[in-house]
Amino acid sequence: MSQSKQEKMQALLEIMQPYAQDPSALANLKEETQFIRDLKINSANLVDIILDIEDKFDIEIDNDSMDKMMNVGSALEVIEAKLAAK
Amino acid sequence: MTKRVVITGMGVVAPNAVGLQAFEHALKMGHSGIEYYPELAELGFSCCIGGIPKLSDEFIRNYLSELQLRNFNSSGILYGCIAGMDAWKDAGLELQETADFDSGTIFGAGTSGVDKFREAIYLLDEKKVRRLGSTVVAQTMASGVSAYLGGILGLGNQVTSNSSACTTGTESILLGYDRIVSGRAQRMLVGSTSDHGAYVWGGFDAMRVLTYKHNASPEKASRPMSATASGFVPGSGAGALLLESLESAQKRGARIYAEVLGGEVNSGGQKGEGSMTAPNSLAVQRCIRSTIENAGIEAGEIDLINGHLTATSKDSTEIRNWSEALGRKGTDFPLINSLKSMVGHCLSAAGSIESVASVLQIKSGFVFPNLNCEDLHSEITELISPDCIPQKYISREVKIVAKASFGFGDVNACVVFKKFEE
Repeated sequence: MSQSKQEKMQALLEIMQPYAQDPSALANLKEETQFIRDLKINSANLVDIILDIEDKFDIEIDNDSMDKMMNVGSALEVIEAKLAAK
Repeated sequence: MTKRVVITGMGVVAPNAVGLQAFEHALKMGHSGIEYYPELAELGFSCCIGGIPKLSDEFIRNYLSELQLRNFNSSGILYGCIAGMDAWKDAGLELQETADFDSGTIFGAGTSGVDKFREAIYLLDEKKVRRLGSTVVAQTMASGVSAYLGGILGLGNQVTSNSSACTTGTESILLGYDRIVSGRAQRMLVGSTSDHGAYVWGGFDAMRVLTYKHNASPEKASRPMSATASGFVPGSGAGALLLESLESAQKRGARIYAEVLGGEVNSGGQKGEGSMTAPNSLAVQRCIRSTIENAGIEAGEIDLINGHLTATSKDSTEIRNWSEALGRKGTDFPLINSLKSMVGHCLSAAGSIESVASVLQIKSGFVFPNLNCEDLHSEITELISPDCIPQKYISREVKIVAKASFGFGDVNACVVFKKFEE
């Protein structure tokens, strides 16, 4: 099943929803949106978000990839790469 | 002059009622919260009954956010947060945006997040450590409940959890009292909590200290002071009291439920008749006598004792210890009751839930009935008059209550609550 970038953005938005402390930043989610600075996500919750992404896309995200996932765009890139490698 | 400490708020999550008003009603009516749990039978427990507070998902969402409830599996932290937040609001205090350096918490627990820990262990053994996520540590650390409460309420003074088995709740009151008396805090939220369920109760079932005779009659099972007491019924929940310096309470114009006169904690050193699981009576009596002295009252002034009284063979030993320590017997003995006849033994939460019950009796002027002791143990009636052990609700003024708790490790705690007078 191949999803468009738009669909992946939507899936990410749903995953972020319970963690994001800034609802307006979430409503205007862009590729540049940063998880901690913009969405005000507690840094401890980043590992939970990674697990939710793994479950949603049925992929495994290694530590190095996880370190790159600072904003929506980089998260999408990691997801694309992991899906392509499946 | 030493600082006076008063109680200005309370909260309770008990097997027979949740919330102060419902709890007071349940006390007066003698409602049992003990039920049969088929999952315990499926696991092969001898005792398949227990006391678990009833909370709907909708109710829980009034206390914890969607994010806090994500991957949340710690009943003890949940109970403690509800009781603690209720006590805070009941005292007329607000949830603040900045840290309140004059307010802290000593909120005890026996274990934390046992069900959450079980989940984690299964994942670890499957070599899936990274699948634990961020939620295991906060929910399973011993201080989990105080850490949650500290964040929710914005507490900036001491935030910690004490642990002393079944004396935990009563001990927390005395620890918070000391902190206010010494002038190092204005307000201390004190209390304790206990997880529920098979993974907490199993060890007690294995020790054969739980009753296995009442699986078909749960409400009759918890029988403190009865000749047919056959072991305790495990319970769970949380109780919370907001302790405050009289100065601070009066400045805020807060309602005062009662005054804490102080008390004592000690241990029998597991010497003499004391052991890991049995009390050294010498220490129990010493604890009660020191409590009377520290509280600055006479033994004869005590109207009501809220005992530890778990419904084991140790109940008569406890009565003898009270009688000898106070020098009161027969009809001269104070009234005495045990909440455990209604809610079972709530373990680390027992002392605080029972203290809330003690203070409610002072506040509203009543003595709640002891259930299931129509056949009082003869070793007890040899010491004190049956009239001292009410089996029906009594409406009367209660000025001074002595509350004690005893726990594994041969540890004791006793506290005195008094009707507030200027």
